[in-house]
Amino acid sequence: MANSKAVQPGTDAIAAKGWIAAHKWLILRRISQLGILGLFLLGPLAGIWIIKGNLASSLTLDVLPLTDPYVLIQSVLAGQRPIQTAITGAVIITVFYLLVGGRTYCSWLCPINIITDAAAWLRNKLSLKGGATFSKNSRFWLLGVTLLLALMSGTIAWELVNPVSMVFRGLIFGMGMAWGIVLAIFLLDLLVSKRAWCGSLCPVGAFYSLLGHTSLLRVSAAHRENCNDCMDCFVVCPEHQVIKPALKEIPTGTGPVILFSQCTNCGRCIDVCSENVFQFDFRFNNTKTTSVANKHEVLS
Amino acid sequence: MKFSGKRRKFLTETARTAAGVGVAALMMGFYTRQSRALPADAIRPPGAIDEDSFLGACIRCGLCVIDCPYETLSLAAAGDDVALGTPYFTARNIPCEMCQDIPCIKACPTGALDHGLEKIDDARMGLAVVIDQEACIAFQGLRCEVCFNICPIRGKAIDLDYRHNARSGKHALFIPIVHSDACTGCGKCEQACILEQAAIKVMPLSLAKGQMQGHYRLGWEEKEKAGGSLIDTEDKHEYNLPSGSRYDYEGEGLIPGEGNDVPFSDNPLDTLNGLKEGM
Ligand code: SF4
Ligand code: SF4
Ligand code: SF4
Ligand code: SF4
Ligand code: SF4
Repeated sequence: MANSKAVQPGTDAIAAKGWIAAHKWLILRRISQLGILGLFLLGPLAGIWIIKGNLASSLTLDVLPLTDPYVLIQSVLAGQRPIQTAITGAVIITVFYLLVGGRTYCSWLCPINIITDAAAWLRNKLSLKGGATFSKNSRFWLLGVTLLLALMSGTIAWELVNPVSMVFRGLIFGMGMAWGIVLAIFLLDLLVSKRAWCGSLCPVGAFYSLLGHTSLLRVSAAHRENCNDCMDCFVVCPEHQVIKPALKEIPTGTGPVILFSQCTNCGRCIDVCSENVFQFDFRFNNTKTTSVANKHEVLS
Repeated sequence: MKFSGKRRKFLTETARTAAGVGVAALMMGFYTRQSRALPADAIRPPGAIDEDSFLGACIRCGLCVIDCPYETLSLAAAGDDVALGTPYFTARNIPCEMCQDIPCIKACPTGALDHGLEKIDDARMGLAVVIDQEACIAFQGLRCEVCFNICPIRGKAIDLDYRHNARSGKHALFIPIVHSDACTGCGKCEQACILEQAAIKVMPLSLAKGQMQGHYRLGWEEKEKAGGSLIDTEDKHEYNLPSGSRYDYEGEGLIPGEGNDVPFSDNPLDTLNGLKEGM
């Protein structure tokens, strides 16, 4: 559907696979995001204590401690020695994201993602274009700033303004004026710049992106030879720059696996592709498929 | 030197990002400074390390809040005066019940609440102060003692001091006195105070406590330590009395409005000059 701007990406996929299949990963992600939030809320709301705490640190079934390594690193930089519980929890989380991809945090857990996805959807629907542009590297600079501020102030300064934790914690412990942040981010992404917050600014996403630099679980354009250039994956992808090498650079011998750690493993590209080009795969399946592709070239 | 278009674009882009990030960093820095101030009525949970370190150690997880059986604690929400996401309580609303097993500290996954604190009696969340003696009805000679009776460690943290009621001349005042060496700052007294505005309030220690200079020595304590007077006792002890008053050494004490048989004039300069003459 490259010719019609007003049509939402995925229209072809819905026609080809049906609505459910064309939204499979989106639905699963929303179930994950809301489900995990729901588990945290079960305690305070219904007295069923499966998980206590919030994303900064939690205790599951009274035995499993989980701690956000990003906030713990800031605490250490602020001059505090973490105790064993926090270290254990942070190691578990780190290992998890090393395997499944750091920014899986973004698309499968983070509450802000639902808001920025909604803004991107509406922006596309209303065909809003232009606005300011932020460098996609800003988030890494900001990540540096948050670490530096912790070091210099001796406090976890970023947690005073972090929208991710503010909203997740707020939903469990009381929002206060955090709805204002939600609205601000929505408007920023809708009116100022496409995917501005998650795609350019958020240091949390930047941290997890670095964490998942060598992660095992990746999305792969395994059947890229079937691509019909509809561009739907580029439109729907929150980090569209990550797709091109894997999808389009067959001649240069680039493998089909999306190796950029900015890919959030959201699976939307899998959803919206009517030709079933994409699938979840492992990082090491890259060379194998490349050799197949190369063989292809040799043969032709 | 001339820049190619691409290089130029890269440099402007980088400069633009750096400038934007710099502004954001400055704003965050200022805000960080500002949000260090903790309102006086916001009390940290038991075992909380000193405020500056606390803001570096607490990761805002709320586990202490959840495990407090009395719903004493809350996490500061966006827009509250307390640093965002940190736990605190307001004594007048829900005080700390001083749980013997201190579940809030046990729940804390960091060192923000000191896991070395084993006895809740050793907690120092703040210090209760009878801050308004004009409003506290005990000072008017009325019986109350609610703050004393509610205190989980009454007798140690808070006492009643019996004083003479000068107004009636024949009754006693039962004055609540808080001892800083035992008060945990739990706030039960503040919450229980019967007045519309509590006359006894838990204050942060930094506000509530005075401190003598390190070199101050109290004569009677030193005397006790040394087992006797450290100086030669004077022949005659002299008092600087307010003019027009007399001092009765036999127990009456200061007697106002009755002659002036002290050897001093009410002008201190005379005393100083007199000393000089005597030399
Ligand atoms: S980039 Fe930040 S706000 Fe966006 S989904 Fe990731 S953590 Fe959440
Ligand atoms: S490449 Fe696919 S999985 Fe990765 S962020 Fe883009 S749409 Fe999501
Ligand atoms: S000691 Fe008990 S009542 Fe006091 S804050 Fe801790 S858990 Fe709550
Ligand atoms: S449990 Fe500890 S780290 Fe968590 S909010 Fe309470 S004081 Fe902070
Ligand atoms: S705050 Fe009040 S009730 Fe609590 S220990 Fe101190 S004097 Fe007692």
